[in-house]
Amino acid sequence: MSGLSGRAAIAGIGATEFSKDSGRSELRLACEAVLAAVADAGLRPSDVDGMVTFTADSSSEIHIARSTGIGELRFFSRVPHGGGAACGTVQQAAMAVATGVAEVVVCYRAFNERSGHRFGLGRADAPSGAGADDAAFSWVSPFGLFTPAQWVAMFARRYMHEYKATTEDFGRVAVVDRKHAAVNPAAWFHGRPITLADHQASRWIAEPLRLLDCCQESDGGQALVVVSAERARDLPHPPALVLAAGQGSGADQHMMTSYYRQDITGIPEMGLVGRQLYGQSGLGPADVDAAILYDHFTPLVLPQLEELGFCGRGEARHFIADGHLEVGGRLPVNTHGGQLGEAYIHGMNGIAEAVRLVRGTSVNQPPSVRHVLVTAGTGVPTSGLILGAGR
Amino acid sequence: MALTEQDGYDERLQEFTGREVLQPRPGPDPVNVPMIRHWVEAMGDRNPIYLDETAARETGRAGIVAPASMTQAWTMPGYAATAARQDDGSGLGGLIALLAEGGYTSVVATDSEFAFHRELVVGDHVGVRETVESISPEKRTALGAGRFVTTRRTYLDQHGEVVAEQRWRMLWFRPEQPQAPKALRPRPAVNRDNAFWFEAAREHRLVIQRCSGCAALRHPPGPCCPRCGSYDWDTAEASGRGRVHSFVVSHHPRHPAFESPYLVALVELEEGTRLVANLVGVTPEEVVIDMPVALEWLDPDPGLTLPAFRPVTP
Repeated sequence: MSGLSGRAAIAGIGATEFSKDSGRSELRLACEAVLAAVADAGLRPSDVDGMVTFTADSSSEIHIARSTGIGELRFFSRVPHGGGAACGTVQQAAMAVATGVAEVVVCYRAFNERSGHRFGLGRADAPSGAGADDAAFSWVSPFGLFTPAQWVAMFARRYMHEYKATTEDFGRVAVVDRKHAAVNPAAWFHGRPITLADHQASRWIAEPLRLLDCCQESDGGQALVVVSAERARDLPHPPALVLAAGQGSGADQHMMTSYYRQDITGIPEMGLVGRQLYGQSGLGPADVDAAILYDHFTPLVLPQLEELGFCGRGEARHFIADGHLEVGGRLPVNTHGGQLGEAYIHGMNGIAEAVRLVRGTSVNQPPSVRHVLVTAGTGVPTSGLILGAGR
Repeated sequence: MALTEQDGYDERLQEFTGREVLQPRPGPDPVNVPMIRHWVEAMGDRNPIYLDETAARETGRAGIVAPASMTQAWTMPGYAATAARQDDGSGLGGLIALLAEGGYTSVVATDSEFAFHRELVVGDHVGVRETVESISPEKRTALGAGRFVTTRRTYLDQHGEVVAEQRWRMLWFRPEQPQAPKALRPRPAVNRDNAFWFEAAREHRLVIQRCSGCAALRHPPGPCCPRCGSYDWDTAEASGRGRVHSFVVSHHPRHPAFESPYLVALVELEEGTRLVANLVGVTPEEVVIDMPVALEWLDPDPGLTLPAFRPVTP
């Protein structure tokens, strides 16, 4: 076990409602989520001395701090690479509290991703600067490959070819997500489960991806309060200990288009995250009782199961078809409904669900959850967590 | 377009060169005060010599004169008569019909050079003779493809005396279909590290960055070799042969520069590097992974040249 394992805990979670049109500014959503999380932790805004968000967020910590009465900040940091940042924000916070750099760190992400700038429409019209990040898209955008769904479709097609997977195998991920969302009042798709036939009947977006393989777009905010494990024990909720927190960028990593590695059916950066999570925590796949797997697009859930050791290479489709992602299965996954079912808050709502699983308060609570593994965005440099109730 | 390329069209058109296409005949009305009054009023021409006898005499003239600019007007038969004009095919009507046969159905006057021999006075009855000087080959113009038809018009009075001469040039053109401006594909972000590749593409050369230190090929390119650390590199010309490593059939969102659904492939070149490019000459149903493909070039718009690949038999 590493020096980070068990040193910090998530003591509070807070979110706005998840909608398609919040009617409020992104900053206000961020303030609402942050204040809700601080209240959930039984703390006051003035207790907060650190904040972490995504480089992609439009609301800097200074705006939130001055609006919410947080006041002085001793630690602030940002994590890059879109949804890959999610668990990385908690890693930043955990390192800060474990080292005493800060005591109460809030991680947040808030946006009007549906009513404002929609990622799903892609970057066809994005300004192209001379920097390396913009230039990287020169190898795909002019050819008409400029949306996340298209980028993922390239991986998905090769995965199908190598492992004889079908679009039904992808569809089963959407079905289980929507099944879980159907009983979650906070989920956009509350009360609206789908069948595999619905999935197969949904239109092509970027073959082999159908509409129901693509997660929804959402307005909303989510925040998490990270404190030391010791302090967490004095706060109202059972602590969700950060047993492991890792980031990963693979060899020859690109932003959504790592097409130039010999094998493009895996997610090596997720394998790297997984090895760190198990190494830090001293746990293995068999010790993980539930997982929140980043599901912006269903096809990339399959190689995550493989990279994290829940099944062998190419075997995810059987693991899923055998019902192991269901509550009562070997590895209940995305019990809140995932981003496909609950909301797309860049993975941060999934971390909140992992906290609920540890607290025992998920709407789809499996019995005796000790360890929950959470992943962040796939296709990009990513991150992961193992949260637990302690040992 | 095909019509004008048919054998004989040009020859038939050029038969009109030098031909008199309009015989002089008196215009509908002799020179008269009411038309002069309407003209100068419409033109805002306050020169008194057109309507005031005294003022005209004070200039040394015998009486009022018609504005020189009206010369052509006295010979115009009016719209209905022009539209109904028929001749045996050898005159102006025949020329216009032949131009229409070539698709040149629209017309705009481009030049008019006048020489006036005497001023017209009330009672003159003016006619015009028109002879074709030249008919140009088809020219591309902003209005559309067309031909410049230059004629010489000679204005004669009731005694057959030449009162004015005019070189008259008209563009007879094929109206271009109004087209919505074509949407452009997303632009590559060209910078110091990747410009060489797009410049080569402009010359229809597919190049691969090659390390000068260890000869390793790399794509997408970068400033430094990850294998040996060298910043020196040149390029290798790709053979253009490869295989489809994976592909996407894009349906949504629709982009105006692409016709959905369209194919984008990850092509593995026989040199070993991969690149993303469009597939052409194949339908989505026909594409299979590992299909052999060969290089083609796409020029989607004047500012962009991109490699594409077409399936080939191995």
